[in-house]
Amino acid sequence: MHLLYLILIDPFAQMGAAPDLLAQTLWEGLVSGVLYALIALGFVLIYKASGVFNFAQGIMVVFSALTLVGLYAAGVPALLALAITVGVMFVLAVAVERLVLRPLVNRPDIILFMATFGLTYFLIGFGELVFGGDTKQMITAQLYLPAGAIDLHILGGIVTLQKLDIAAAIIASLMVAALAFVFQYTRIGRALRAVADSHRAALSVGISLNQIWVIVWFAAGIVALATGIMWGARSEVSFALEVVALKALPVLILGGFTSIPGAIVGGLIIGLSEKLFELYWGPLVGGGTEAWFAYVVALIVLFFRPHGLFGEVIIERI
Amino acid sequence: MLYREVGQYRTNYRADMAIFPIRQDRIGLAIILAIAFLVVPLVGGSFFLDVVAIPFLIYALAAIGLNLLTGYTGLLSLGTGGFMGIGAYTCYKLTTWFPDVDIIVWILTGGFAAAAVGALFGVPSLRIKGFYLLVATLAAQFFLQWAFERVPWLYNNNVSGTIEVPTRTLLGLPITGATATPVTRYEVALCIVVVLTWLASNLVHGRIGRSWMAVRDMDIAAELIGISLLPTKLLSFAVSSYICGVAGAMLVFLWYGSAEPSVFSIDLSFTILFMVIIGGLGSLLGCFLGAALIHVLPILLRGVPPALGLDIGSSTVEHLNLMIVGALIILFLVAEPFGLARLWQTGKQKLRVWPFPY
Repeated sequence: MHLLYLILIDPFAQMGAAPDLLAQTLWEGLVSGVLYALIALGFVLIYKASGVFNFAQGIMVVFSALTLVGLYAAGVPALLALAITVGVMFVLAVAVERLVLRPLVNRPDIILFMATFGLTYFLIGFGELVFGGDTKQMITAQLYLPAGAIDLHILGGIVTLQKLDIAAAIIASLMVAALAFVFQYTRIGRALRAVADSHRAALSVGISLNQIWVIVWFAAGIVALATGIMWGARSEVSFALEVVALKALPVLILGGFTSIPGAIVGGLIIGLSEKLFELYWGPLVGGGTEAWFAYVVALIVLFFRPHGLFGEVIIERI
Repeated sequence: MLYREVGQYRTNYRADMAIFPIRQDRIGLAIILAIAFLVVPLVGGSFFLDVVAIPFLIYALAAIGLNLLTGYTGLLSLGTGGFMGIGAYTCYKLTTWFPDVDIIVWILTGGFAAAAVGALFGVPSLRIKGFYLLVATLAAQFFLQWAFERVPWLYNNNVSGTIEVPTRTLLGLPITGATATPVTRYEVALCIVVVLTWLASNLVHGRIGRSWMAVRDMDIAAELIGISLLPTKLLSFAVSSYICGVAGAMLVFLWYGSAEPSVFSIDLSFTILFMVIIGGLGSLLGCFLGAALIHVLPILLRGVPPALGLDIGSSTVEHLNLMIVGALIILFLVAEPFGLARLWQTGKQKLRVWPFPY
C-alpha cells in the first residue's frame, strides 16, 4: 500500500507542493529535449536520403565541437574557426561519400551501419590524436552566445532560465525551420525528397545520388556542429558526450526514423519525461534512471506503434 | 594438391549431410583441436594465454551467441553486454550461496538466467524489426548495466561495487581466483567453448536452425509455411543469451578475476557485434575468425611501434590504433561484406579446383 502511495500519489503531491521546482524541471527537460531532437535530426536527414543508419552522428557532434575548440586554442579567431569547422565538416561529408558510401552502394543496411561504426572509431582516434583527449571548455563568449541567467519569480518560488538554454532553444527552432524550408521549397530540397522516396526513380529523372549524399552529410555535419556548440557550452567538450548522443536513438525510434517532426516531438517527449521521472520516481529505485528511462519509454511506444509515432509504415509483401 | 576430394564417395544421405564432408577438413579440425588442447598451453607463456588465448575463446563464444541471434535469425541486438553481465552476476551469486558446488556447473547455469532475461527482452521482436529492434535491445543493455551498478544485492553489498572471484577448485586444482594458473583456466575455457560450439553447430544444422534461417530470410513466408514466429524468435533470443551469459561468466571467472559493472557496458556489445559482422553473419567459423581479428589486431598494432624502434607515447598509439581499426573495418566491409568466413569459403573453393579457375 505504501509503495503504491509512493508511486501513484506522492510524486503528484510533491509537484503540487512545489510548482516552481516542477516548472524548473520542465524547462530543463525541454532544453535537453531540444538538444536530443537536434542530434536525432541529423540521423533522420541521413536516413531519409541514403537509407544509412548513421551511428557516427553522435561522434560528429563531438568531433565538430572539438575541431572548433581546438582551432580556437591554436590561435585562430573564433569566427574564422567556426568557418573552418564548417569547411572541415564539408570535407568529411565528401570523404564519407567517396570512401564509404560509394563503394558500399547497394549493400545490405547492416553493412552500411557497421561502416558508420568504423567511421566512429576513426573519428574518435583522429580527434583525440589531433586535439588531445582531455576535456575542453566550449568558447561561448567569443561566439557571442549569452551567459548568465534570468530568474523568474513565479509560482511562489524562483525559476532560473539560463540565457544559454534560451539561445539553444531559439537556434534549434531556427535550424529546424530553415531545414523545413529547404526541404519544402528549394530545388535541392525537392531532389532530397525524391531520393528519400525512391533512389531508382530519382536517378532516372537525373538527380545525382552522389551529390545528394554529400549535401545531406554536410547538412547533418552542420546540425552536428550546432548541437556540439550548444551541448559543449552546457557541459564540456569531450568524448564522454558520445554516450549522451546515444540518447538520440530512443528519440529516433519514438518519432520514427523517417520523420523530421517526429524527431522533434520525440526529443521533447524523451527530454521532459526522463527529467520528471528521475526527479519524482527515480529515488524509489535508487536514482540514475536517466541512463535507461528513455529506452524503456521508446520500447513501450514501439509495442503499440512498431514504426514510431510518425514513422512510415513499411508494408511487407511476399 | 592436398585439398582434393577425389575418391571420397558418399554413399548414404547421412554422409552427404555431414558437417565436414571432406576428409581433409576433418583431419584439419582434429589437428587444430590437438594444437589448441596440447600445444598452446605448453608453448604459449602465461602472458600469451592471459592476453590472447583466453580472451579470444571467450569473445568467440560470445560472438557465437550473438551470431545465432543476428546471423541465423536475423534479429539485430545490442544487448549482448547486458546478457553477458547477467550470466556473470548469476554465477557469482550462485557460487556465494553454494560454494561447494563445482564452479563449472555454476558457469553453465548462469547462462540460464541470461536466457530468461534475454527471452523477456526478446518479446518485442515479434512486432519490431531491423534497426528499431536494435534500439529496443539497447533498453536491455542500459537497464541491466544500471541494475549492476545500483542493486547492491547483486554484488553482495561490498563497498567497492565490484565482484571478486573466489578461489574454487576442481579435483583439488584451483580453476578460478587468484591462485589458478593461466593453463588451467585456458583448458577449462577451451572445454566449455568446444562443447558449446558443438551444441550450437548441431542446433543450427537441425530443425531449429532451419526454422531460424527461414525466419531470417523472410518472416512472413516462414509463418506461411507453418513456423510460428513467437516461439522461434524467443527460442533464438534464449539460446543466444544463454551462450552469451556463459561467455560473460567465463569473462569474469576465467579471465578478469574481478569485474565492475562498466565491464558489461555498451562497448562490449559493440565489440561482439563487430566480431560477428567482420567474421561473417550466419557462420560459426566466422565467429572465431572475427574474434581473432578484432581482439588480436589491436594487440599486434600496439606492438608495432616498439618493434620498429619508434618512440611514440602510449596514448598516441591508442589513438592511432582506433583510427587504424576504424579504417580497417570500413576496408573489410568494402572488400568482403560477407565477412572473413566468406573469404575462407572462396579460398577453399579455389584450392579444391586448383590449378583450374573453376
